Amino acid sequence: MVAVRYKTAFQLYPYQRSPDQDLSTPVRHPVVIVGGGPVGMALALDLGLKGIRVVVLDDHEGVGMGSRAICFAKRTLEICDRLGCGQPMVDKGVVWNLGRVFRDTHELYSFNLLPEDGHRRPAFINLQQPHFERFIVERIREVQARGAPIEIRGVNQVIGVEPRGDHVALEIDTPDGPYRAEADWLVACDGARSPVREMLGLGFKGRVFQDNFLIADVRMKADFPTERWFWFDPPFNRGQSVLLHKQPDDIWRIDFQLGWNIDRKAVVEPESVLARVRAMLPDTPVELVWTSVYTFQCCTMERYRHGRVFFAGDAAHQVSPFGARGANSGIQDVDNLAWKLALVLRGQAGEALLDSYDLERRHAAEENILNSTRSTDFITPKTPVSRMFRDAVLDLAERAPFARSLVNTGRLSVPAVLDGSPLNGPDDAALPARTRPGAPAVDAPTERGWLLGLLGDEFRLLCLNTEHPAVTVGGVTAAPVQLSTEGWPHLAERWLGDAPRAVCLIRPDQHVAARWIDPAPGAVAAALARAMGLADAEA
Amino acid sequence: MLKLDPNLPDPDGFYAELLAAHEGLTEAESHALNARLVLILANHIGDRAVLAEALTLARETAAGGRR
Repeated sequence: MVAVRYKTAFQLYPYQRSPDQDLSTPVRHPVVIVGGGPVGMALALDLGLKGIRVVVLDDHEGVGMGSRAICFAKRTLEICDRLGCGQPMVDKGVVWNLGRVFRDTHELYSFNLLPEDGHRRPAFINLQQPHFERFIVERIREVQARGAPIEIRGVNQVIGVEPRGDHVALEIDTPDGPYRAEADWLVACDGARSPVREMLGLGFKGRVFQDNFLIADVRMKADFPTERWFWFDPPFNRGQSVLLHKQPDDIWRIDFQLGWNIDRKAVVEPESVLARVRAMLPDTPVELVWTSVYTFQCCTMERYRHGRVFFAGDAAHQVSPFGARGANSGIQDVDNLAWKLALVLRGQAGEALLDSYDLERRHAAEENILNSTRSTDFITPKTPVSRMFRDAVLDLAERAPFARSLVNTGRLSVPAVLDGSPLNGPDDAALPARTRPGAPAVDAPTERGWLLGLLGDEFRLLCLNTEHPAVTVGGVTAAPVQLSTEGWPHLAERWLGDAPRAVCLIRPDQHVAARWIDPAPGAVAAALARAMGLADAEA
Repeated sequence: MLKLDPNLPDPDGFYAELLAAHEGLTEAESHALNARLVLILANHIGDRAVLAEALTLARETAAGGRR
């Protein structure tokens, strides 16, 4: 039997017996994804849209209860736009720009994220994770109806994983008992406690933080503005921190730091939670929606590819919640892996390309862990001297603007620039640094709509104020997207700087692979080969 | 490059001013003042290479002093 580990918010994929279960010989699938959370479902959608047959195994029938990840960053929304599910997220989500930092009872300072104009998507939206997941699954249902080869199997729990050279053998438990299946490629998106990782005996190393946090999601009709409020040492949670954040549907997330030595059962008693909330908001009627107490760690696997098994999202790397780098980085894992797996499954690239997933996403995870660890050290100082410096920063922050730059309540997720990736080709240093090889393409309005919408999900040659023919390597074509920057200052500033023209090779995940002002004959083909992991072809 | 040669006008005067700033403070208050002072001066210097040299020097001389 498959154990029920949590309650579901939306029942989206009830158990149905699969024909696989009646066959004596295990069925071989090109890609099996373990775990139907945001990462697993986004990967299934990305692969399915590329025509790759994919099966998702999830041990529940839908999306888990609880808001959990609530901050979705611009890059995540851009990836979801590419997958066709960004708009409902933005429609439902709450956009915020202003943050306030308090100490004790008074405000130290406020900051405005001041989102740069000329982007389709805001810097962040707040949206409960179940909605985020539901929009992805709804999009999967939409593309399934049009023939995308995605299959979701609810209440299918993987209980055995055995790598066998050219495939991975699986044993899967269901309400009708276990069955066997095989996968050419297996992707474990089964969360921080990844059972697949455990079954394969692979490590997960890092730092555990000795602190507890209490999440209280409350519904209240409050006329607070849509802002992020962060308190150090407030009277209603002495010596600790508190975060208040708005979600859709009049729900607010309150995050109380609790310290280490607490009674984890007692603090989540509704009366105890409500007492805390009332101390904070004495005049506002509130209704408790969801509570959870959590500790966290910053950990990573040593490698995210183990032969035919990949790890993505929290299964591969885990961060503290400060900075919203969990789900957001998991979606970037998907963005990075899907096109590579698709090229290899179509026989257009060699397996070496798959190693770049490990390299590029570990680079990103290290950056996320670094940032998230630094935020944690600031918010929850663990030694007398680190508390002394933290308090010194807060003492100064009200009067001295420089000290505000040291206040770290979470450095909000920005996508990793894949500097040094072996897939990166030539650069021209005269072009702007922010769109250098390895960087995610920066959106801008153009004569034909938003740039990222024009780039889509295949290799492209972005030709600004110039022309270049399509380039094909090993059956993969980079088609030109030709644009004039005349009258489009954002496009010119972000992609040309002072240069008169440029040709930029863009990967299917919309990261820049290479760029030139005037590419020499053959240069683009060589860079395309390199970006496909065929570095030898360049020689 | 971190300056190690004398650079302070009236060094005795500065030393007295530093001690005066700590006058009447408890040890904890003095530590806190020092922490604020470090941050203020670090921002004023604004050069990470110089600050890295200063941190190294401060750390190394502490080890030497204990010998």
